[in-house]
Amino acid sequence: MSDKMLLDAAGRLFEAEHGPDAWVGPGSGSMEKGAPIWAKIEEMGLTLGLAPEEAGGFGADPLEVLDTIRLAGRFALPCPLAETMGAVALISRAGLDLPEGPAAFAAPAAGSVALTREGDGFRLKGELPRVPFARGASVVAVVTALDGAPHIALVAPSSCTITQGENVAGEPRDRLTVDAALPSSAVAPSPLDAGRAFALGAALRAIALAGALERTTEMTVQYANDRVQFGRPIGKFQAIQQNLSVAAGQTAAANAAAGMAAEAAAALLDGGSDLAPIAAAKIRTGEAAGIVATIAQQTHGAIGFTMEHPLRLFTKRLWSWREEFGNEATWSRELGRTALSAGQGGFWPLISSY
Amino acid sequence: MTAIFDFPAPPEAPNSDALRAEVRAFLAEELADFPPRERALSWTGFSADFSRKLGERGWIAMTWPKEYGGHERSALDRYVVMEELLAAGAPVAAHWISDRQSGPLILRVGTQEQKDLVLPKIAAGECFFCIGMSEPDSGSDLAATRTRATPVEGGFRVNGTKVWTTWAHKSHYMILFCRTDGGPEDRHKGVSQLLVDLTTPGITIRPIKDLTGGEHFNEVVFDDVFLPESAVIGTRGDGWNQVTSELAFERSGPERFLSSMALLQELIGRLSQQPGNERAEVVIGRLSAHLMVLRRLSRSVSGMLERGENPALQASMVKDLGADFEQSIPDIARSLIECEPDQTAREEYAATFAEVLLSVPSYSLRGGTREILRGIIARGLGLR
Repeated sequence: MSDKMLLDAAGRLFEAEHGPDAWVGPGSGSMEKGAPIWAKIEEMGLTLGLAPEEAGGFGADPLEVLDTIRLAGRFALPCPLAETMGAVALISRAGLDLPEGPAAFAAPAAGSVALTREGDGFRLKGELPRVPFARGASVVAVVTALDGAPHIALVAPSSCTITQGENVAGEPRDRLTVDAALPSSAVAPSPLDAGRAFALGAALRAIALAGALERTTEMTVQYANDRVQFGRPIGKFQAIQQNLSVAAGQTAAANAAAGMAAEAAAALLDGGSDLAPIAAAKIRTGEAAGIVATIAQQTHGAIGFTMEHPLRLFTKRLWSWREEFGNEATWSRELGRTALSAGQGGFWPLISSY
Repeated sequence: MTAIFDFPAPPEAPNSDALRAEVRAFLAEELADFPPRERALSWTGFSADFSRKLGERGWIAMTWPKEYGGHERSALDRYVVMEELLAAGAPVAAHWISDRQSGPLILRVGTQEQKDLVLPKIAAGECFFCIGMSEPDSGSDLAATRTRATPVEGGFRVNGTKVWTTWAHKSHYMILFCRTDGGPEDRHKGVSQLLVDLTTPGITIRPIKDLTGGEHFNEVVFDDVFLPESAVIGTRGDGWNQVTSELAFERSGPERFLSSMALLQELIGRLSQQPGNERAEVVIGRLSAHLMVLRRLSRSVSGMLERGENPALQASMVKDLGADFEQSIPDIARSLIECEPDQTAREEYAATFAEVLLSVPSYSLRGGTREILRGIIARGLGLR
């Protein structure tokens, strides 16, 4: 049916392990449900999807691998798939040992951490705010500068002070206070600098947003077809139909944006440096997230406003992910600066080059 | 349902850079003295002269067979030319409809005689078409058409009124959508498309001024107009299917989101002289993102069309999203630049702002209203 075997296999796994049945009932949506799923994801090798073949990967098409993150968004997967894939992508390209178990990466703002030489090794000191799933990660790949050149430093959260936090979807976003001596085997030059690693994170979120948007829109259409008021399904009312059409259009735009993000992320990992498509994708998916979440909540009425209904698993992720790795304002400023410096005559040539 | 959201990556367009550069160089020369307020008319701007020059360059009928004056190039090459023309605000109205819709329809279902008669002239940029669809009592409800072509000896006798017919007063032909068989209760059955030479006796064309003050569209009255049997395009009675299969081509192109480019570029010109204006950066960055994504959606549909798929639903989404975008530009401009819109102003920005401000209401009316498009999308979602 499809020649995308990896995507199909991931879809079957996510459906079996965290399909709609898992979204309701006691404990639904909690991160504790993630451990058994994680074991199966690792068994499948999915976390290594973005590693080059010579560094432990399995030669999968990076676009197909990245599309599994969209799928993970469709299933509100309670585990750090995107984070680990991203960390593996960065770590493998720096030639460091691949992590065992869940991992995360961080591209902190300049000045928030300092990587220095110390004896035969290094010292990493500073603050890493809101590191995804840090409390359960074996290692966090920190992309920062050493002597002005981009490096990756691998630090174990167990060697840091962890201040737990979470996004509104309940996903761990922990603060790490680091003051750790690192062996020389934990630090290496990084092909991606912090800016590009941050953009990689933005691309991963844009792709995941597209998946969560698909699911949110689908659930809302289903609800509108099922819910009867005034003697007919509410989806028969034009007011509802028009709103859902808007949600569908936004979802389609987000999907196209996610495609752009995936291509640009794959190019980044290949040594590219063009962040504009990622900026555009994060802006567009973030905007779609707000619009679709509003329509979904409105259409679901009061039941959608409860902790019992699975809609929350998706709208809360929309509200969380659109902020992470730069929100619409962050990336708009970036892209707008590029567009304005192209000027009146250069604007269209810039846009049409993508 | 997921398929609805699926817009595959647009196909690669090899050698498009060279073509793009060629078009840009041509436009830079041809439009050197063409002011922004004129560019603001976008694809409503009419110049028979300009269309003929495009025909000479081989930039009309690009994908058609050579035997009809076409150039057998890819849909993606055609896309490059279209979007470059639109981005420059070139006056393309004269040939736009015939190149986009009428010619392809005739190429697909027309008779040999019809093809020989009009296609080479369209390709040369010398033959312009208008579309006779809307009527005083039949707008969004196209199947309610009242114009009737009554079969008579050797052909038809046509009576009725078409309205909002863009550039009818400067066109050579109309593709008339009307009832040939059955009655209004038959709805989608018994309607046909007829090729009408607009010099035929009995046709009265009266321009109607639109909000901009320009005379772009018309009322076209048919008073006992005789059309020969050979005027039927495609199959008599199959007009509804023929019209709806054109829609994906009509609704997904770059003209569905680039109509306000003249103002957007003027705005960027002004703002780029204010370095460090963070609010401007945020706003222009957002618009850039929208534009990049719209292009991807639109080119993705172009790829589907090239592969022979039927992306009517996806095309409706592109048009709906695109109209939102191009309509939003004047309001966004006024949030950044204080300026009273004035069509008579000597200053180009104020005039361009006025022209676009007064044009945008039509963007979500022409080619299918926003509400109709969203109804189509709702049907695609399984709600209707």
